Amino acid sequence: MTGPDPGEKRGARAWRKPSFIANPLLRYGLLVLLAGYLSWALATLPFNWERIGEGLPRAARIFGGGFPPNFSRFDLLLTGFTESLQIAILATLLGVLLSIPFAVMAARNIAPLPIYLLGRTVIIVSRSFHPVIVAILFVAAVGFGPLAGILTLTLYSIGFVGKLLAEEIEEIDWGQVEAMRSTGAGYLATLYYAVFPQILPRQVGLSMYQLDSNLRASAVVGIVGAGGIGSTLMNAFGRYDYDFAFAILLVIIAVILISEGVSGWVRKRIW
Amino acid sequence: MVDNDDLLAARIWRRHTPREQLVRYGVMLVTLMLVVWAVRDIDIFWPWVWDAPNQISSLGSRMWPPDPSRLGEILDAMVETVHIATLATMLTIFIALPVSYIAAQNTTPNRACLWLGRFILVASRSVNTIIWALLFVAIFGPGVLAGILAIMCRSVGFIGKLMGEAIEEIDRRPVEAMEATGASKAKVIVYAIVPQVVPAFFAIVILRWDINIRESTVLGLVGAGGIGVILQGSIDTFAWQTVATILVAIILLVLVGEAITALLRRRVM
Amino acid sequence: MLEITNLIKRYGQDEPVLKGLDLAVEGDSVVAIVGASGAGKSTLLRCINRLVEPTSGSIRLNGTEIINLRQRELRRVRRKIGMVFQGFNLIDRLTVMENVLAGRLGYVSLFQAVTRRFPAEDIERAFVLMERVGIAHYANKRADELSGGERQRVGVVRALMQEPEVLLADEPTASLDPRTSEQIMMLLQSLASELSLPVLINIHNVAQARSYTDRIVGLRHGTMIFDGTPGEFEKEALDAIYGGIESPEDATTTPETGTEERETDHDRT
Repeated sequence: MTGPDPGEKRGARAWRKPSFIANPLLRYGLLVLLAGYLSWALATLPFNWERIGEGLPRAARIFGGGFPPNFSRFDLLLTGFTESLQIAILATLLGVLLSIPFAVMAARNIAPLPIYLLGRTVIIVSRSFHPVIVAILFVAAVGFGPLAGILTLTLYSIGFVGKLLAEEIEEIDWGQVEAMRSTGAGYLATLYYAVFPQILPRQVGLSMYQLDSNLRASAVVGIVGAGGIGSTLMNAFGRYDYDFAFAILLVIIAVILISEGVSGWVRKRIW
Repeated sequence: MVDNDDLLAARIWRRHTPREQLVRYGVMLVTLMLVVWAVRDIDIFWPWVWDAPNQISSLGSRMWPPDPSRLGEILDAMVETVHIATLATMLTIFIALPVSYIAAQNTTPNRACLWLGRFILVASRSVNTIIWALLFVAIFGPGVLAGILAIMCRSVGFIGKLMGEAIEEIDRRPVEAMEATGASKAKVIVYAIVPQVVPAFFAIVILRWDINIRESTVLGLVGAGGIGVILQGSIDTFAWQTVATILVAIILLVLVGEAITALLRRRVM
Repeated sequence: MLEITNLIKRYGQDEPVLKGLDLAVEGDSVVAIVGASGAGKSTLLRCINRLVEPTSGSIRLNGTEIINLRQRELRRVRRKIGMVFQGFNLIDRLTVMENVLAGRLGYVSLFQAVTRRFPAEDIERAFVLMERVGIAHYANKRADELSGGERQRVGVVRALMQEPEVLLADEPTASLDPRTSEQIMMLLQSLASELSLPVLINIHNVAQARSYTDRIVGLRHGTMIFDGTPGEFEKEALDAIYGGIESPEDATTTPETGTEERETDHDRT
């Protein structure tokens, strides 16, 4: 502290900025820790410098082969995209519908404890896994193709929409539920008349968001064989068709930008 | 609360004029048609769909019980995964901050820089991490470097966009005061802008680190290092019990990452 | 000595906000600029240190023409013009001391600014000034932990740290309660004579203008329609300035019984 000490009222006083972390031991400890972590991480990570050294000529070859992007196989590109779109639409529909029961299960205020724990577990598990991991498992189970993609993105949507919806249900106006119960309505009737009307407007906006998000994800789950444009991209990359791959990439970027714009516009109109 | 909700309900109700109603039916019809088209047109062999529950439960039973025999190897790969996420997040900061500076309307030096900044952000955000990984594996070969670069390329857009928004939302008045003291542009930034965006900066970086942990678990599926490499290997050799162990490990990693994130965020706020 | 001649400011193609203003201020006189909202008070003050770019005219500070200066020289001149703001314009997340030392930003190097290694005499001066206004014990507190009056004292000390040759105060008391605003006016008055510094104060409260200043300048629609001592500032001058626009109720009351007057919206709007 550099408060005004009466003893040194006159003469030059020193002032140093108080440190962000007051305790010097902790401050330097953190710095040492950071340096230690960095050197540990860099020392243990397996970098294949020989192979990395070849990077620049390879990059030149890839980008050289990639420009100009080749749109001549437009049919293939279109088929891939149609499939991605179909996957996204069906997965969003299934996901949003299925997320409702799971959200009800995972809302502490209307679900009994065992059901609540089950609902939460489903949501946590489906949120913990990246869609690509889920996709590779579904491909292993049901084979290559759009079915695996739909199952993956349905699970992905249940995790995301279910979590937000469960939070929404936990914050509903309880008075309406009590009003319904006081009329002698059963559990399902209460849900239908007192809970759903309160969360439905939000659900519509969320579905639009999820459709956009699923369209993005459908481009990547294809990389592990779950159908859609991602599979087309992976094939092009595997066959060193870099000009076609770059064409696909450009179209993916364009579609994502358009879809983001449309979804944003619709959500603004609804909310 | 009740009164308020009634009011809201009343307002929504009034919006449903006949024309609005028509629009609503139109939207429903279009949605229905889209779904019918998607179901009829999609390239799915339907008998497989009815068989899917069997297949999934059979795969599930082959995974049980998880086999811990390769746990040491899995743990090493997990540490590698965390390293990739952490190093990439740290390195991203050095690129994302200048980009956010030129992509924010109130700090950008000129219009050309503004559009360059926005282009970098859009390009980075529209390409998924795994596609970036695909590209870098082709260039630098399989390994962690491709993974780190892929995560960085995607994170620049995320951190840069949010930081740019934070810069655009700062209070203009301290900036005016610093300009009035005769401070140069650099000093105005250091004193009037940086202190205002520091909390947002930490929150954004922590959030992205959490996301990056998740993303780096899949890098290995295209050969870019981390736990995904072992996962892919186990799937290819049908070692389903090892796959189960890896999946459990990933859930634990993600949950631990979330807990650390929550803790850090409370510290920073 | 500050000399303003034929100062004109117009925003875009609108009616000019300042229509050929002439004003000379010398020595340690405290000048109040009064006028209704939109009369051009704030624009006038901001033209003097060119936070607002004047359209034409001349502003000379101790012989230096300010109007056509380029960035570098402008910053040198701004160091000599201290400014106190209505909203204090402090950097909330920095300490009081850092806010005060920010007044020296025009003098120190970027390195010194970033590392907060200010010269010893600057720090000594900061302590002396903070003791003078009674905030030295807050040196290491964050600026947003202080009350409104204390925050404005920090603002005043920051301006004085510049070793200014003229002090501009833009509605310095408008965001403060009546008692605190009296204290700030008293402080500005006594600092002007202690440091023999000319002070220009934009002020809405006519009663305060009359008790704490040596000279009152009245603006209406961008033209000066009154210039005289508080003694000469009578009912007709008041009507000429505010007539037909608004009539401050406390205009003729003495400061001891002055009612609360607050004006939060900005003059330029």
